Amino acid sequence: MKARLALTLALASLWHRRGVLALVSLTLTLSVTLLLGVQYLRSDIRQAFTSTVSGTDLIVGARSGPINLLLYSVFHIGDATNNIRWSTVEELARDPRIDWLVPLSLGDSYEGFRVVGTDPSFAAHFRYGRDQALQLAEGHWFSDTFDVVLGAEVARRKNHHSGDSVVLAHGGGSTSFMKHRDSPFRVSGVLAATGTPVDRAVYVSLQGLEAIHVGWESGVALPGRTLTPAQARQRDLTPSSVTAVLVGVERKVLTFQLQRAISQYRDEPLSAILPGIALSELWRLLGQFERILLYITGFVVITSLVGLMAVLLALQAQRRQEVAILRATGASPGLIASLYLIECVALTLVACVLALALGAAGLTLVGPWLLDNYGIRIGLRPLDSTEWLILASVPAAGLAVALIPALRAWSGSRHQGLGGSD
Amino acid sequence: MTGPAHLPGQATQSTATALQSRNLGFRWGRQQPLLTFPDLDLQTGEHLFLHGPSGSGKSTLLSLLAGLQQPTTGELMMLGEDVSHRASGDRDRFRADHLGVIFQQFNLVPYLTPLANVLLPTRLSPLRRQRATPTPTAEAASLLGALAIAEDHWQRPVSQLSIGQQQRVAAARALTGAPEIILADEPTSALDADNRDRFIELLLTLAKARHTSVIFVSHDLGLAHHFHHQVCLEART
Repeated sequence: MKARLALTLALASLWHRRGVLALVSLTLTLSVTLLLGVQYLRSDIRQAFTSTVSGTDLIVGARSGPINLLLYSVFHIGDATNNIRWSTVEELARDPRIDWLVPLSLGDSYEGFRVVGTDPSFAAHFRYGRDQALQLAEGHWFSDTFDVVLGAEVARRKNHHSGDSVVLAHGGGSTSFMKHRDSPFRVSGVLAATGTPVDRAVYVSLQGLEAIHVGWESGVALPGRTLTPAQARQRDLTPSSVTAVLVGVERKVLTFQLQRAISQYRDEPLSAILPGIALSELWRLLGQFERILLYITGFVVITSLVGLMAVLLALQAQRRQEVAILRATGASPGLIASLYLIECVALTLVACVLALALGAAGLTLVGPWLLDNYGIRIGLRPLDSTEWLILASVPAAGLAVALIPALRAWSGSRHQGLGGSD
Repeated sequence: MTGPAHLPGQATQSTATALQSRNLGFRWGRQQPLLTFPDLDLQTGEHLFLHGPSGSGKSTLLSLLAGLQQPTTGELMMLGEDVSHRASGDRDRFRADHLGVIFQQFNLVPYLTPLANVLLPTRLSPLRRQRATPTPTAEAASLLGALAIAEDHWQRPVSQLSIGQQQRVAAARALTGAPEIILADEPTSALDADNRDRFIELLLTLAKARHTSVIFVSHDLGLAHHFHHQVCLEART
């Protein structure tokens, strides 16, 4: 009965002072939204990052460190130390432990975006996120030697559509002067946005890549030795080497055995990495700042709670008469103190609920726009246990903060005489 | 200082003691002088007029009677119980069960409606709730009606009520659940003469119907004729 009375009184009192308290609640709501948002994005971005590649069991490249191999094969950052001979790829393909493999050939670029030479197995086996396959936003995968499929961001930034003609540049960098002008490519399709480096890459067939490099053996085009598209289509364009190979293992238990076998491959020095592990390692390097961001927003919430306490203490002076009435009617100092506790916790709960609504509304509105414009995939999902814990810590902190005005009210009302003025 | 003066012919139905104090004294702090008060005796259903100039310790005496402060010296018996040596939690409970209090002004909790203000004692004390017949809300309604608060005012914000109306709502709250004693601390000082007389008549009539004793503090001697007894507190220098 007393608890219900305290609750009724506290809520009525909050409503009575809603003008002043709305502003404090707004501050608290925004700071909780910030805190929750940072934690939400933190785990989402980590999730997205560590599943940049999924479904691939091993990535094979020339002998190098795992991070380096991961950076150039998946993120298209930096260059390979060496290539893998095509004969090695053919031998790997014969290994019974290997279910499928996807050759990747890197080196050229288009307007600063990396060109990836591959074959149709890429579309069939490449997975990202939660086992999602690549989708075409328009057109179809390359069928001709001079077909190219663009990543979502490439198409958007360069405003390309199926049927457009593009000229690839030799080597990386956005201002390459050496272009494969005599063999332009035709855009056959555009990929849907994935939120991974795929969005920023350009996909051609291995044969296409081979064709435009005939006559470029010395690093520049030798006049008379390059092929016209018509000539190229006549020739056998099997590449002599590729940069990396994505491997799917038949039985997952054999992954480590296969990794060891590839690392000890006798014909040339190779490395094989497990992409999940390498991605986690890379995230550990990159993910430090987001932790600091979380701490900062934590402090923002504490600041708003201190502000809330200051307002409650300021309101206390106005509440002497009200406390005197309640005391004279028989309310104990404990009941008076509990009003402050309930009011403060109720305010933080309101702030938490508003923050959840604000965050959900914000994500719903901004999510599609983020994916289209920045390739960041953030959707609505149920909160995980850490996020609930962070959310629950806000009313708990509110309770701790309310102890100060509550104790003051408790001891004050013990010594207050009849009437507010004594 | 005049002792309790029993007026002849004012015997009430019950002769039980509502209030009895002996050698009451109180000190607000260690350095403060000891305030002493005249001995009081009051039978249930009888009304007492406490008169004294400002600074004579009227409010302090009321704080002691209400149990908000513990007397430094002396004894205080209320309804046959020694309340002067009880723990503060017990005194709070005793006040909730047996006392109604009316202040000079600002009597109402600002964020509760007039009706909710009247119901407050029945929510704080199971005994008062039990005594409120037939139900707390029905009793509150009949009290508000008797005290001439129009029904359309019951749910309004208290700030929209006149001071006279606020004081009458406070009287209804003090009376609800039939407490044995009502302590009124200059409740009419903010009212004009018409309102003042009407307020006192209504309060005393309703108190009589409930056999409730009213201890009424005022500096206005013109009100003394409404009461069975009067005690004067001396001015202190």
